Amino acid sequence: MSAAATTNLSNKALTERFGRVIQRDPLWIRAGLIAVAVLYLAVLVLLPLVLVFAAALAKGIAACWSAITDPAALDAVRLTLFISFASVSLNLVFGVAAAWTITKFQFRAKGLLITLIDLPFSVSPVVSGLIFVLLFGAQGWFGPWLQTHDIKIIFAWPAILLATTFVTFPFVARELIPLMQAQGSDEEQAAITLGASGWQTFRHVTFPNIRWGLTYALVLCNARAMGEFGAVSVVSGHVRGQTNTIPLHVEALYNEYSSAAAFSVASLLALFAFATLGMKVLMERHLSRKARTQQFSTDDTFRSLE
Amino acid sequence: MRTATSIHLRNIHKQFGDFVALNNVTLNIRSGQLAAILGPSGSGKTTLLRIIAGLETQNGGSLCFDGEDMTHTSPRDRHVGFVFQHYALFRHMTVLENIGFGLKVQRRKLGLSKRDIRERALRLLSTVRLDGLENRLPQELSGGQRQRVALARALAIEPKVLLLDEPFGALDAKVRKDLRRWLRIFHEEMGITTVFVTHDQEEALEIADQIVVMNQGRIDQVGAPVEVFEQPATAFVREFLDITDNPEAASVLPSPVAHPDQLELLGTFEVRA
Repeated sequence: MSAAATTNLSNKALTERFGRVIQRDPLWIRAGLIAVAVLYLAVLVLLPLVLVFAAALAKGIAACWSAITDPAALDAVRLTLFISFASVSLNLVFGVAAAWTITKFQFRAKGLLITLIDLPFSVSPVVSGLIFVLLFGAQGWFGPWLQTHDIKIIFAWPAILLATTFVTFPFVARELIPLMQAQGSDEEQAAITLGASGWQTFRHVTFPNIRWGLTYALVLCNARAMGEFGAVSVVSGHVRGQTNTIPLHVEALYNEYSSAAAFSVASLLALFAFATLGMKVLMERHLSRKARTQQFSTDDTFRSLE
Repeated sequence: MRTATSIHLRNIHKQFGDFVALNNVTLNIRSGQLAAILGPSGSGKTTLLRIIAGLETQNGGSLCFDGEDMTHTSPRDRHVGFVFQHYALFRHMTVLENIGFGLKVQRRKLGLSKRDIRERALRLLSTVRLDGLENRLPQELSGGQRQRVALARALAIEPKVLLLDEPFGALDAKVRKDLRRWLRIFHEEMGITTVFVTHDQEEALEIADQIVVMNQGRIDQVGAPVEVFEQPATAFVREFLDITDNPEAASVLPSPVAHPDQLELLGTFEVRA
């Protein structure tokens, strides 16, 4: 069914329910508001994006291609994909665990836990990076111990992974907590009285109910993980070909005045973002369709009148 | 059919923070009975039901099924069928999957094949008179239909006792009346010990064998509908049952003499979808 048809249907349903058509504003107000919104988006979002691609191609396609296929660039791509995959996986496990704990159980200091989950969003990424330097750096708390055991965290991929995971941790938990709260725990309790184990309850009851919300959260988390600059910049050490992620590689190229190369690699990152965004749009379409069917059908009073 | 289970609660105490939800509640429900826990909201009736199911943990007291101590048994191992007020059907599963869920998760323990589960679920679907709806999702059913799916799902595991939390609360008046008479007949056929919670005195008087009137975390009176109606133990019971002001309330009481005939009459009754 096309989007237009769906809208018509829901308008019709609304009209039937409330017995009146929703009031529309005059044309000039609608047109004016739309124009302002479009202009705003064009200047702030579209124009910079176009400029990125234009600058990337300023020295021709061949130069752009060689910047992207440069070994250092490819290493950065590999590192970025690995880091984002690993941090999204970690956040999947711990985010779901946190949301499950917070919504399905009663315990002391629950408010504190929720605040802690939000912490990475309220702390500047640079500070997040510095936390790990203070912990694992040569002069940090665990620094001497790590050195004697020859374990490298800071200025190596483990620190990049830690910093990225820290910065993106709230995405999964934040998305799931309201969703799971709204669903309550009746279905889980029903499953338990029917003899299901904790794992069976999660697998057969909780997980299917949060599947789409979770996928959406992972997409957002991934977008942020690939683009993270501040925290990663502090802990990475900027070793070309080893600890440079795509954003750091872009910065390095730019600082060397090879701006066409910098923008070429940046446009690659932008393409990754587009892919992520495309997934998000598909997801949202699915979610809104689901929400609509549930909204209309869980309405018991409406049903019983039929 | 297996013999029905009796329920014994001794000195059950439950507190939520400072609020005393249940204050030393002792109650015996004989095997095969249909008991109603009746009381206003906040009287502790749902908490009591949830403690019987193990969904809530009491702060003190003990609980037995047929003399077997259940005080510390997890809800998973109590073998109770629980019907939630808003049914709590698994929204992403079809009607048949919902009904078969309890059998599916215990498939190995019970030694059932997928086909056995399907057949048993289909038989239950027919018992609750929803033949042909096995592939629907819960959201595609009416309130009354969902209620019966929830009942079939609870019965699938052959529970020792059946517990229903405000079973008719979310339904409109007409469906409610039909369903509660149907539940009465159903109970006669199944013979399973059943406890339901309600705030509607008419509902309790009409279908229960035994009525437990609760008030502020205590039990005010336990007895057959006629007893409770004719000899209210406290002023609260008298007031809550609306006995003084409502002479018509007496008409809902099932006459004990006419019971068998009445049942036969009810037996021909068709439940509307």
